Amino acid sequence: MQIVTALFFYLFASITVAAGFMVIASRNPVHSVLFLILAFVNSAGLFILLGAEFLAMILIVVYVGAVAVLFLFVVMMLDVDFAELRAGFLRYLPVGALIGVILLIELVLVVGSWTITADVSARATAPVPPLANVTNTEALGRILYTKYVYFFEAAGMILLVAMIGAIVLTLHHKEGVKRQSIPRQVGRRREDGVEIKQVETGKGI
Amino acid sequence: MVEFWWTYIWPVVVVAFQSVLLLASLLIAIAFLLVADRKIWAAVQMRRGPNVVGPFGLLQSFADFLKFVFKEPIVPSGANKGVFLLAPLVSSVLALSAWAVIPVNEGWAVADINVGILFVFAISSLEVYGVIMGGWASNSKYPFLGALRSAAQMVSYEVSIGFVIITVLLCAGSLNLTEIVLAQKGDLGLFNWYWLPLFPMFVIFFISALAETNRPPFDLPEAESELVAGFMVEYSSTPYLLFMLGEYVAIVLMCALTTILFLGGWLPPFDVAPFNWLPGVFWFVFKVCIMFFMFSMVKAMVPRYRYDQLMRLGWKVFLPLSLFMVVAVAAVLQFSGLAG
Repeated sequence: MQIVTALFFYLFASITVAAGFMVIASRNPVHSVLFLILAFVNSAGLFILLGAEFLAMILIVVYVGAVAVLFLFVVMMLDVDFAELRAGFLRYLPVGALIGVILLIELVLVVGSWTITADVSARATAPVPPLANVTNTEALGRILYTKYVYFFEAAGMILLVAMIGAIVLTLHHKEGVKRQSIPRQVGRRREDGVEIKQVETGKGI
Repeated sequence: MVEFWWTYIWPVVVVAFQSVLLLASLLIAIAFLLVADRKIWAAVQMRRGPNVVGPFGLLQSFADFLKFVFKEPIVPSGANKGVFLLAPLVSSVLALSAWAVIPVNEGWAVADINVGILFVFAISSLEVYGVIMGGWASNSKYPFLGALRSAAQMVSYEVSIGFVIITVLLCAGSLNLTEIVLAQKGDLGLFNWYWLPLFPMFVIFFISALAETNRPPFDLPEAESELVAGFMVEYSSTPYLLFMLGEYVAIVLMCALTTILFLGGWLPPFDVAPFNWLPGVFWFVFKVCIMFFMFSMVKAMVPRYRYDQLMRLGWKVFLPLSLFMVVAVAAVLQFSGLAG
Protein backbone atom coordinates (compact mmCIF):
# COMPACT_ATOMS: atom_id res chain seq x y z
CA MET A 1 0.00 0.00 0.00
CA GLN A 2 3.06 2.29 0.11
CA ILE A 3 2.54 3.61 -3.42
CA VAL A 4 -1.14 4.33 -2.90
CA THR A 5 -0.49 6.15 0.38
CA ALA A 6 2.23 8.22 -1.25
CA LEU A 7 -0.02 9.03 -4.20
CA PHE A 8 -2.81 10.18 -1.91
CA PHE A 9 -0.36 12.16 0.20
CA TYR A 10 0.85 14.11 -2.82
CA LEU A 11 -2.73 14.60 -4.01
CA PHE A 12 -3.97 15.98 -0.68
CA ALA A 13 -0.81 17.95 0.01
CA SER A 14 -0.69 19.64 -3.38
CA ILE A 15 -4.39 20.54 -3.24
CA THR A 16 -3.92 21.91 0.30
CA VAL A 17 -1.00 24.09 -0.77
CA ALA A 18 -2.76 25.25 -3.93
CA ALA A 19 -5.94 26.05 -1.99
CA GLY A 20 -3.91 27.89 0.63
CA PHE A 21 -2.34 29.99 -2.10
CA MET A 22 -5.74 30.71 -3.63
CA VAL A 23 -7.04 31.89 -0.24
CA ILE A 24 -4.76 34.91 -0.45
CA ALA A 25 -4.71 35.18 -4.24
CA SER A 26 -8.41 35.16 -5.12
CA ARG A 27 -10.05 38.53 -5.46
CA ASN A 28 -13.46 37.66 -4.09
CA PRO A 29 -13.39 37.14 -0.28
CA VAL A 30 -16.16 34.53 -0.48
CA HIS A 31 -14.02 32.52 -2.89
CA SER A 32 -11.18 32.86 -0.40
CA VAL A 33 -13.28 31.29 2.33
CA LEU A 34 -14.37 28.50 0.00
CA PHE A 35 -10.72 27.77 -0.82
CA LEU A 36 -9.95 27.81 2.90
CA ILE A 37 -12.61 25.12 3.33
CA LEU A 38 -11.00 23.10 0.55
CA ALA A 39 -7.67 23.38 2.37
CA PHE A 40 -9.29 22.20 5.63
CA VAL A 41 -10.90 19.20 3.97
CA ASN A 42 -7.66 18.16 2.32
CA SER A 43 -5.71 18.46 5.54
CA ALA A 44 -8.34 16.18 7.09
CA GLY A 45 -7.38 13.75 4.32
CA LEU A 46 -3.74 14.06 5.38
CA PHE A 47 -4.75 13.23 8.97
CA ILE A 48 -6.50 10.10 7.73
CA LEU A 49 -3.32 9.05 5.92
CA LEU A 50 -1.48 9.40 9.25
CA GLY A 51 -4.01 7.07 10.86
CA ALA A 52 -5.55 9.86 12.97
CA GLU A 53 -9.12 9.40 11.80
CA PHE A 54 -10.64 10.94 14.92
CA LEU A 55 -8.67 14.17 14.48
CA ALA A 56 -9.61 14.26 10.81
CA MET A 57 -13.33 14.04 11.56
CA ILE A 58 -13.11 16.60 14.38
CA LEU A 59 -11.23 18.94 12.05
CA ILE A 60 -14.10 18.73 9.57
CA VAL A 61 -16.86 19.02 12.19
CA VAL A 62 -15.34 21.94 14.07
CA TYR A 63 -13.44 23.93 11.47
CA VAL A 64 -15.41 23.28 8.31
CA GLY A 65 -18.82 22.66 9.85
CA ALA A 66 -18.85 25.50 12.36
CA VAL A 67 -15.96 27.97 12.19
CA ALA A 68 -15.84 28.32 8.41
CA VAL A 69 -19.64 28.66 8.27
CA LEU A 70 -19.39 31.69 10.53
CA PHE A 71 -16.51 33.05 8.42
CA LEU A 72 -18.58 32.68 5.30
CA PHE A 73 -21.56 34.20 7.07
CA VAL A 74 -19.61 37.33 7.99
CA VAL A 75 -17.78 37.67 4.68
CA MET A 76 -21.01 37.33 2.70
CA MET A 77 -22.65 40.08 4.74
CA LEU A 78 -19.75 42.50 4.28
CA ASP A 79 -20.21 44.89 1.43
CA VAL A 80 -16.62 44.92 0.23
CA ASP A 81 -15.62 47.42 -2.43
CA PHE A 82 -13.11 45.47 -4.49
CA ALA A 83 -11.81 48.47 -6.45
CA GLU A 84 -10.96 50.32 -3.24
CA LEU A 85 -9.26 47.24 -1.82
CA ARG A 86 -7.03 46.90 -4.84
CA ALA A 87 -6.21 50.62 -4.85
CA GLY A 88 -4.71 50.34 -1.37
CA PHE A 89 -2.71 47.26 -2.30
CA LEU A 90 0.44 49.02 -3.52
CA ARG A 91 0.42 51.50 -0.65
CA TYR A 92 0.44 48.77 2.00
CA LEU A 93 2.76 46.44 0.09
CA PRO A 94 6.01 47.55 1.82
CA VAL A 95 4.57 47.11 5.33
CA GLY A 96 3.04 43.75 4.46
CA ALA A 97 6.23 42.56 2.81
CA LEU A 98 8.28 43.63 5.84
CA ILE A 99 6.04 41.69 8.23
CA GLY A 100 6.12 38.69 5.93
CA VAL A 101 9.91 38.72 5.70
CA ILE A 102 10.30 39.05 9.48
CA LEU A 103 7.96 36.09 10.02
CA LEU A 104 9.85 34.05 7.43
CA ILE A 105 13.22 34.80 9.07
CA GLU A 106 11.84 33.87 12.48
CA LEU A 107 10.45 30.61 11.17
CA VAL A 108 13.72 29.75 9.46
CA LEU A 109 15.65 30.52 12.63
CA VAL A 110 13.37 28.42 14.81
CA VAL A 111 12.96 25.45 12.49
CA GLY A 112 16.56 25.58 11.27
CA SER A 113 18.00 25.29 14.76
CA TRP A 114 15.64 22.45 15.59
CA THR A 115 17.64 19.38 16.46
CA ILE A 116 15.90 16.07 16.69
CA THR A 117 17.31 13.72 19.30
CA ALA A 118 17.62 10.06 18.54
CA ASP A 119 14.99 8.91 21.03
CA VAL A 120 12.36 11.48 20.04
CA SER A 121 10.03 8.93 18.51
CA ALA A 122 10.23 6.79 21.61
CA ARG A 123 9.52 9.78 23.81
CA ALA A 124 6.64 11.06 21.74
CA THR A 125 4.87 7.73 21.49
CA ALA A 126 5.48 6.67 25.10
CA PRO A 127 1.95 7.33 26.41
CA VAL A 128 0.27 6.00 23.27
CA PRO A 129 -0.85 2.39 23.48
CA PRO A 130 -0.36 0.35 20.30
CA LEU A 131 -2.96 1.22 17.68
CA ALA A 132 -3.78 -2.41 17.08
CA ASN A 133 -5.27 -2.77 20.57
CA VAL A 134 -7.31 0.40 21.01
CA THR A 135 -8.93 2.73 18.53
CA ASN A 136 -7.75 6.23 17.92
CA THR A 137 -10.63 7.74 19.88
CA GLU A 138 -10.07 5.55 22.90
CA ALA A 139 -6.34 6.30 23.00
CA LEU A 140 -6.97 10.04 22.84
CA GLY A 141 -9.68 9.84 25.49
CA ARG A 142 -7.46 7.87 27.86
CA ILE A 143 -4.67 10.42 27.64
CA LEU A 144 -6.92 13.47 27.85
CA TYR A 145 -8.95 12.24 30.80
CA THR A 146 -6.13 10.69 32.84
CA LYS A 147 -2.75 12.28 32.36
CA TYR A 148 -3.86 15.70 31.14
CA VAL A 149 -7.25 15.95 32.82
CA TYR A 150 -6.51 19.21 34.68
CA PHE A 151 -5.16 20.92 31.56
CA PHE A 152 -8.17 19.70 29.65
CA GLU A 153 -10.57 21.05 32.27
CA ALA A 154 -8.64 24.33 32.41
CA ALA A 155 -8.94 24.71 28.64
CA GLY A 156 -12.67 24.09 28.97
CA MET A 157 -12.97 26.75 31.69
CA ILE A 158 -11.05 29.28 29.59
CA LEU A 159 -13.36 28.66 26.64
CA LEU A 160 -16.41 29.03 28.89
CA VAL A 161 -15.14 32.33 30.29
CA ALA A 162 -14.37 33.57 26.77
CA MET A 163 -17.86 32.63 25.63
CA ILE A 164 -19.54 34.38 28.57
CA GLY A 165 -17.34 37.42 27.98
CA ALA A 166 -18.34 37.61 24.32
CA ILE A 167 -22.01 37.35 25.23
CA VAL A 168 -21.74 40.02 27.95
CA LEU A 169 -19.94 42.39 25.57
CA THR A 170 -22.54 42.12 22.84
CA LEU A 171 -25.76 41.74 24.79
CA HIS A 172 -27.77 44.94 24.99
CA HIS A 173 -31.23 45.03 26.45
CA LYS A 174 -33.08 47.85 24.77
CA GLU A 175 -35.76 49.55 26.80
CA GLY A 176 -39.25 49.73 25.44
CA VAL A 177 -39.03 46.79 23.08
CA LYS A 178 -41.92 44.36 23.16
CA ARG A 179 -40.68 40.85 23.93
CA GLN A 180 -42.39 37.52 23.82
CA SER A 181 -42.61 35.83 27.20
CA ILE A 182 -43.38 32.18 26.56
CA PRO A 183 -44.42 31.27 30.13
CA ARG A 184 -46.78 34.24 30.30
CA GLN A 185 -48.22 33.34 26.93
CA VAL A 186 -48.74 29.72 27.89
CA GLY A 187 -50.08 30.63 31.33
CA ARG A 188 -52.80 32.88 29.91
CA ARG A 189 -56.35 31.69 30.63
CA ARG A 190 -59.54 32.48 28.80
CA GLU A 191 -60.71 34.68 31.68
CA ASP A 192 -57.67 36.99 31.34
CA GLY A 193 -58.19 37.62 27.65
CA VAL A 194 -61.92 37.58 27.00
CA GLU A 195 -64.57 39.60 28.71
CA ILE A 196 -68.23 39.00 27.94
CA LYS A 197 -70.58 41.95 28.21
CA GLN A 198 -74.29 41.76 27.84
CA VAL A 199 -75.16 44.64 25.52
CA GLU A 200 -78.69 45.90 25.74
CA THR A 201 -80.48 46.53 22.49
CA GLY A 202 -80.35 50.09 21.26
CA LYS A 203 -77.53 51.08 23.60
CA GLY A 204 -73.76 51.07 23.21
CA ILE A 205 -71.32 49.67 25.69
CA MET B 1 1.48 -8.26 -11.94
CA VAL B 2 -0.95 -10.81 -10.55
CA GLU B 3 -0.21 -9.64 -7.04
CA PHE B 4 -0.65 -6.03 -8.10
CA TRP B 5 -4.04 -6.93 -9.52
CA TRP B 6 -5.23 -8.66 -6.36
CA THR B 7 -3.93 -6.07 -3.87
CA TYR B 8 -4.78 -2.84 -5.69
CA ILE B 9 -7.24 -3.21 -8.51
CA TRP B 10 -9.57 -5.90 -7.17
CA PRO B 11 -10.52 -4.09 -3.89
CA VAL B 12 -11.21 -0.94 -5.89
CA VAL B 13 -13.45 -2.90 -8.27
CA VAL B 14 -15.33 -4.46 -5.32
CA VAL B 15 -15.84 -1.12 -3.56
CA ALA B 16 -16.92 0.54 -6.80
CA PHE B 17 -19.44 -2.23 -7.46
CA GLN B 18 -20.81 -2.00 -3.89
CA SER B 19 -21.09 1.78 -4.14
CA VAL B 20 -22.94 1.62 -7.45
CA LEU B 21 -25.30 -1.00 -6.06
CA LEU B 22 -25.95 1.09 -2.93
CA LEU B 23 -26.49 4.31 -4.89
CA ALA B 24 -28.78 2.67 -7.44
CA SER B 25 -30.98 1.06 -4.80
CA LEU B 26 -30.94 4.26 -2.72
CA LEU B 27 -32.00 6.46 -5.65
CA ILE B 28 -34.80 4.09 -6.70
CA ALA B 29 -35.98 3.91 -3.09
CA ILE B 30 -35.94 7.71 -2.91
CA ALA B 31 -38.03 7.97 -6.06
CA PHE B 32 -40.76 5.90 -4.40
CA LEU B 33 -40.36 7.58 -1.00
CA LEU B 34 -40.96 10.91 -2.74
CA VAL B 35 -44.25 9.61 -4.10
CA ALA B 36 -45.07 8.21 -0.66
CA ASP B 37 -44.34 11.60 0.89
CA ARG B 38 -46.71 13.34 -1.50
CA LYS B 39 -49.36 10.63 -1.13
CA ILE B 40 -49.30 10.79 2.69
CA TRP B 41 -49.42 14.54 2.60
CA ALA B 42 -52.36 14.39 0.20
CA ALA B 43 -54.20 11.79 2.28
CA VAL B 44 -53.99 13.95 5.40
CA GLN B 45 -55.45 16.86 3.45
CA MET B 46 -58.11 14.58 1.85
CA ARG B 47 -56.70 14.98 -1.64
CA ARG B 48 -55.67 12.22 -4.00
CA GLY B 49 -52.08 13.24 -4.61
CA PRO B 50 -50.21 12.12 -7.75
CA ASN B 51 -52.36 9.45 -9.41
CA VAL B 52 -51.87 9.78 -13.17
CA VAL B 53 -48.44 8.44 -14.10
CA GLY B 54 -48.32 4.66 -13.71
CA PRO B 55 -50.53 2.60 -11.37
CA PHE B 56 -51.60 4.80 -8.41
CA GLY B 57 -49.14 7.43 -9.65
CA LEU B 58 -46.20 5.29 -8.59
CA LEU B 59 -44.04 6.41 -11.51
CA GLN B 60 -44.61 10.12 -10.84
CA SER B 61 -41.03 10.69 -9.62
CA PHE B 62 -39.57 9.26 -12.82
CA ALA B 63 -41.79 11.54 -14.89
CA ASP B 64 -40.65 14.50 -12.79
CA PHE B 65 -37.06 13.42 -13.22
CA LEU B 66 -37.35 13.38 -17.02
CA LYS B 67 -39.14 16.72 -16.98
CA PHE B 68 -36.37 18.39 -14.97
CA VAL B 69 -33.54 16.84 -16.95
CA PHE B 70 -34.91 17.91 -20.34
CA LYS B 71 -35.48 21.53 -19.35
CA GLU B 72 -32.95 24.25 -19.96
CA PRO B 73 -30.80 25.20 -16.96
CA ILE B 74 -30.95 28.98 -16.55
CA VAL B 75 -28.05 30.78 -14.91
CA PRO B 76 -28.93 34.36 -13.91
CA SER B 77 -26.62 36.91 -15.53
CA GLY B 78 -25.66 38.46 -12.18
CA ALA B 79 -24.87 35.08 -10.64
CA ASN B 80 -21.44 33.87 -9.71
CA LYS B 81 -21.50 31.10 -12.27
CA GLY B 82 -18.98 28.62 -10.87
CA VAL B 83 -20.31 28.68 -7.31
CA PHE B 84 -23.89 28.75 -8.61
CA LEU B 85 -23.42 25.45 -10.44
CA LEU B 86 -21.22 23.94 -7.73
CA ALA B 87 -23.80 24.41 -4.95
CA PRO B 88 -26.36 21.77 -6.04
CA LEU B 89 -23.53 19.32 -6.73
CA VAL B 90 -22.12 19.87 -3.23
CA SER B 91 -25.56 19.39 -1.75
CA SER B 92 -26.34 16.09 -3.49
CA VAL B 93 -22.87 14.51 -3.56
CA LEU B 94 -22.32 15.13 0.16
CA ALA B 95 -25.69 13.65 1.08
CA LEU B 96 -24.98 10.56 -1.03
CA SER B 97 -21.43 10.11 0.28
CA ALA B 98 -22.58 9.79 3.89
CA TRP B 99 -24.34 6.56 2.93
CA ALA B 100 -20.96 4.85 2.51
CA VAL B 101 -20.75 4.08 6.23
CA ILE B 102 -24.40 3.18 6.92
CA PRO B 103 -24.68 -0.54 7.74
CA VAL B 104 -27.97 -1.92 6.38
CA ASN B 105 -27.22 -5.38 7.78
CA GLU B 106 -24.44 -6.95 9.78
CA GLY B 107 -21.32 -6.34 7.68
CA TRP B 108 -23.30 -4.72 4.85
CA ALA B 109 -21.56 -1.35 4.81
CA VAL B 110 -19.36 -0.12 1.99
CA ALA B 111 -16.89 1.29 4.53
CA ASP B 112 -17.12 -0.08 8.07
CA ILE B 113 -14.87 2.58 9.63
CA ASN B 114 -14.06 3.12 13.29
CA VAL B 115 -15.42 6.64 13.42
CA GLY B 116 -18.56 5.98 11.35
CA ILE B 117 -20.90 8.13 13.40
CA LEU B 118 -18.44 11.04 13.35
CA PHE B 119 -18.19 10.70 9.58
CA VAL B 120 -21.95 10.99 9.19
CA PHE B 121 -21.98 13.93 11.61
CA ALA B 122 -19.17 15.66 9.69
CA ILE B 123 -20.93 15.16 6.36
CA SER B 124 -24.23 16.44 7.70
CA SER B 125 -22.43 19.51 9.05
CA LEU B 126 -21.00 20.12 5.58
CA GLU B 127 -24.43 20.02 3.95
CA VAL B 128 -25.05 23.61 4.97
CA TYR B 129 -22.54 24.69 2.31
CA GLY B 130 -24.78 23.64 -0.56
CA VAL B 131 -27.45 25.98 0.77
CA ILE B 132 -25.16 28.92 1.58
CA MET B 133 -23.27 28.73 -1.71
CA GLY B 134 -26.51 28.47 -3.69
CA GLY B 135 -28.04 31.40 -1.85
CA TRP B 136 -25.03 33.65 -2.16
CA ALA B 137 -24.16 32.79 -5.77
CA SER B 138 -27.69 33.54 -6.97
CA ASN B 139 -26.99 37.22 -6.27
CA SER B 140 -30.56 37.95 -5.36
CA LYS B 141 -32.37 38.94 -2.18
CA TYR B 142 -34.67 36.02 -1.38
CA PRO B 143 -32.07 33.29 -1.93
CA PHE B 144 -29.61 35.23 0.20
CA LEU B 145 -32.07 35.59 3.08
CA GLY B 146 -32.91 31.90 2.82
CA ALA B 147 -29.23 30.97 2.88
CA LEU B 148 -28.56 33.11 5.97
CA ARG B 149 -31.49 31.57 7.79
CA SER B 150 -30.46 28.05 6.97
CA ALA B 151 -26.84 28.64 7.96
CA ALA B 152 -27.90 29.76 11.43
CA GLN B 153 -30.52 27.04 11.71
CA MET B 154 -28.36 24.11 10.68
CA VAL B 155 -25.43 25.18 12.87
CA SER B 156 -27.72 25.59 15.92
CA TYR B 157 -29.42 22.24 15.64
CA GLU B 158 -26.19 20.42 14.94
CA VAL B 159 -25.12 21.21 18.49
CA SER B 160 -28.00 19.31 20.04
CA ILE B 161 -27.64 16.48 17.50
CA GLY B 162 -24.02 16.22 18.61
CA PHE B 163 -25.02 15.88 22.26
CA VAL B 164 -27.65 13.26 21.43
CA ILE B 165 -25.02 11.27 19.55
CA ILE B 166 -22.68 11.57 22.55
CA THR B 167 -25.25 10.02 24.90
CA VAL B 168 -25.74 7.11 22.51
CA LEU B 169 -21.98 6.72 22.24
CA LEU B 170 -21.67 6.65 26.02
CA CYS B 171 -24.17 3.79 26.17
CA ALA B 172 -22.76 1.86 23.22
CA GLY B 173 -19.08 2.49 23.97
CA SER B 174 -18.08 2.75 20.32
CA LEU B 175 -18.15 5.13 17.38
CA ASN B 176 -18.58 2.32 14.91
CA LEU B 177 -22.14 2.18 13.59
CA THR B 178 -22.19 -1.62 13.44
CA GLU B 179 -21.11 -1.87 17.07
CA ILE B 180 -23.70 0.70 18.13
CA VAL B 181 -26.40 -1.54 16.65
CA LEU B 182 -24.92 -4.69 18.18
CA ALA B 183 -24.78 -2.98 21.60
CA GLN B 184 -28.59 -2.73 21.45
CA LYS B 185 -29.00 -6.49 21.05
CA GLY B 186 -30.54 -8.20 24.07
CA ASP B 187 -33.13 -10.60 25.41
CA LEU B 188 -35.87 -7.99 25.60
CA GLY B 189 -35.96 -7.38 21.85
CA LEU B 190 -37.28 -3.99 21.00
CA PHE B 191 -37.32 -2.87 24.64
CA ASN B 192 -33.56 -3.23 24.63
CA TRP B 193 -33.10 -0.62 21.90
CA TYR B 194 -32.04 2.83 22.97
CA TRP B 195 -35.36 4.56 22.23
CA LEU B 196 -36.70 3.39 25.59
CA PRO B 197 -33.86 4.22 28.02
CA LEU B 198 -32.96 7.37 26.09
CA PHE B 199 -36.50 8.39 25.19
CA PRO B 200 -36.03 12.18 25.68
CA MET B 201 -32.97 12.06 23.44
CA PHE B 202 -34.95 10.13 20.83
CA VAL B 203 -37.52 12.93 20.71
CA ILE B 204 -34.83 15.64 20.61
CA PHE B 205 -32.99 13.82 17.85
CA PHE B 206 -36.15 13.45 15.77
CA ILE B 207 -37.03 17.14 16.04
CA SER B 208 -33.44 18.25 15.47
CA ALA B 209 -33.27 16.00 12.42
CA LEU B 210 -36.33 17.81 11.04
CA ALA B 211 -34.57 21.14 11.56
CA GLU B 212 -31.24 19.91 10.25
CA THR B 213 -32.77 18.71 6.98
CA ASN B 214 -34.93 21.85 6.59
CA ARG B 215 -38.14 19.83 6.73
CA PRO B 216 -41.44 21.38 7.75
CA PRO B 217 -42.22 22.74 10.34
CA PHE B 218 -38.66 24.11 10.18
CA ASP B 219 -38.46 24.76 6.43
CA LEU B 220 -37.77 28.47 6.89
CA PRO B 221 -34.89 28.58 4.38
CA GLU B 222 -37.44 27.92 1.66
CA ALA B 223 -40.59 29.26 3.28
CA GLU B 224 -42.75 29.82 0.23
CA SER B 225 -45.09 32.31 1.87
CA GLU B 226 -42.29 34.81 2.60
CA LEU B 227 -39.21 33.87 0.60
CA VAL B 228 -40.90 32.29 -2.47
CA ALA B 229 -38.56 29.27 -2.43
CA GLY B 230 -35.63 30.54 -0.40
CA PHE B 231 -32.21 29.57 -1.63
CA MET B 232 -33.70 27.67 -4.58
CA VAL B 233 -35.50 30.62 -6.20
CA GLU B 234 -33.07 31.05 -9.08
CA TYR B 235 -32.56 27.36 -9.76
CA SER B 236 -34.22 25.45 -12.56
CA SER B 237 -34.03 22.07 -14.28
CA THR B 238 -31.14 19.75 -13.36
CA PRO B 239 -29.50 21.97 -10.70
CA TYR B 240 -32.87 22.25 -8.96
CA LEU B 241 -33.30 18.49 -9.26
CA LEU B 242 -29.92 17.98 -7.60
CA PHE B 243 -30.97 20.21 -4.68
CA MET B 244 -34.19 18.24 -4.25
CA LEU B 245 -32.29 14.99 -4.49
CA GLY B 246 -29.76 16.12 -1.90
CA GLU B 247 -32.55 17.17 0.43
CA TYR B 248 -34.40 13.87 0.22
CA VAL B 249 -31.21 11.79 0.48
CA ALA B 250 -30.34 13.76 3.62
CA ILE B 251 -33.83 13.11 5.03
CA VAL B 252 -33.57 9.37 4.43
CA LEU B 253 -30.06 9.48 5.89
CA MET B 254 -31.46 11.02 9.05
CA CYS B 255 -34.15 8.30 9.15
CA ALA B 256 -31.43 5.65 8.78
CA LEU B 257 -29.37 7.31 11.51
CA THR B 258 -32.37 7.35 13.88
CA THR B 259 -32.89 3.67 13.07
CA ILE B 260 -29.28 2.84 13.87
CA LEU B 261 -28.97 4.96 16.99
CA PHE B 262 -32.34 4.33 18.60
CA LEU B 263 -34.30 1.60 16.84
CA GLY B 264 -31.77 -1.22 16.73
CA GLY B 265 -30.75 -1.02 13.07
CA TRP B 266 -31.29 -4.38 11.36
CA LEU B 267 -32.23 -6.25 14.55
CA PRO B 268 -35.68 -7.89 14.58
CA PRO B 269 -38.11 -6.56 17.24
CA PHE B 270 -38.08 -9.95 18.97
CA ASP B 271 -35.46 -12.60 18.42
CA VAL B 272 -38.05 -15.42 18.08
CA ALA B 273 -39.37 -17.58 15.26
CA PRO B 274 -41.43 -15.52 12.81
CA PHE B 275 -39.40 -12.33 13.26
CA ASN B 276 -35.85 -13.60 12.87
CA TRP B 277 -36.69 -15.54 9.70
CA LEU B 278 -36.73 -12.29 7.80
CA PRO B 279 -33.34 -10.93 6.74
CA GLY B 280 -31.91 -7.92 8.58
CA VAL B 281 -32.17 -5.71 5.51
CA PHE B 282 -35.94 -6.05 5.65
CA TRP B 283 -36.09 -4.81 9.23
CA PHE B 284 -33.71 -1.95 8.46
CA VAL B 285 -35.78 -0.76 5.49
CA PHE B 286 -38.99 -1.26 7.44
CA LYS B 287 -37.79 0.95 10.31
CA VAL B 288 -36.48 3.59 7.91
CA CYS B 289 -39.90 3.64 6.25
CA ILE B 290 -41.64 4.09 9.62
CA MET B 291 -39.36 7.01 10.41
CA PHE B 292 -40.00 8.51 6.99
CA PHE B 293 -43.73 8.14 7.57
CA MET B 294 -43.34 10.14 10.78
CA PHE B 295 -41.38 12.81 8.89
CA SER B 296 -44.21 13.03 6.34
CA MET B 297 -46.92 13.19 8.97
CA VAL B 298 -45.14 16.04 10.72
CA LYS B 299 -44.92 17.85 7.40
CA ALA B 300 -48.63 17.42 6.87
CA MET B 301 -49.83 18.31 10.35
CA VAL B 302 -47.60 20.90 12.00
CA PRO B 303 -47.68 24.58 11.03
CA ARG B 304 -44.41 26.35 10.26
CA TYR B 305 -42.42 27.85 13.13
CA ARG B 306 -41.57 31.50 13.33
CA TYR B 307 -37.83 32.08 13.02
CA ASP B 308 -37.20 33.40 16.55
CA GLN B 309 -39.21 30.51 17.99
CA LEU B 310 -37.04 28.10 16.04
CA MET B 311 -33.88 29.60 17.47
CA ARG B 312 -35.36 29.66 20.96
CA LEU B 313 -36.24 25.96 20.72
CA GLY B 314 -32.75 25.08 19.54
CA TRP B 315 -30.66 27.13 21.96
CA LYS B 316 -32.84 27.54 25.05
CA VAL B 317 -34.68 24.23 25.19
CA PHE B 318 -32.80 21.49 23.35
CA LEU B 319 -29.25 22.56 24.16
CA PRO B 320 -29.64 22.67 27.99
CA LEU B 321 -31.80 19.54 27.97
CA SER B 322 -29.37 17.50 25.89
CA LEU B 323 -26.38 18.81 27.84
CA PHE B 324 -28.06 17.80 31.08
CA MET B 325 -28.87 14.38 29.65
CA VAL B 326 -25.22 13.81 28.66
CA VAL B 327 -24.18 14.47 32.26
CA ALA B 328 -27.03 12.39 33.68
CA VAL B 329 -26.41 9.41 31.41
CA ALA B 330 -22.68 9.53 32.07
CA ALA B 331 -23.33 9.67 35.83
CA VAL B 332 -25.77 6.76 35.72
CA LEU B 333 -23.35 4.68 33.65
CA GLN B 334 -20.45 5.50 35.95
CA PHE B 335 -22.12 4.92 39.31
CA SER B 336 -24.35 1.98 38.42
CA GLY B 337 -21.39 0.03 37.11
CA LEU B 338 -23.00 -0.44 33.68
CA ALA B 339 -20.04 1.18 31.91
CA GLY B 340 -17.58 -1.26 30.42
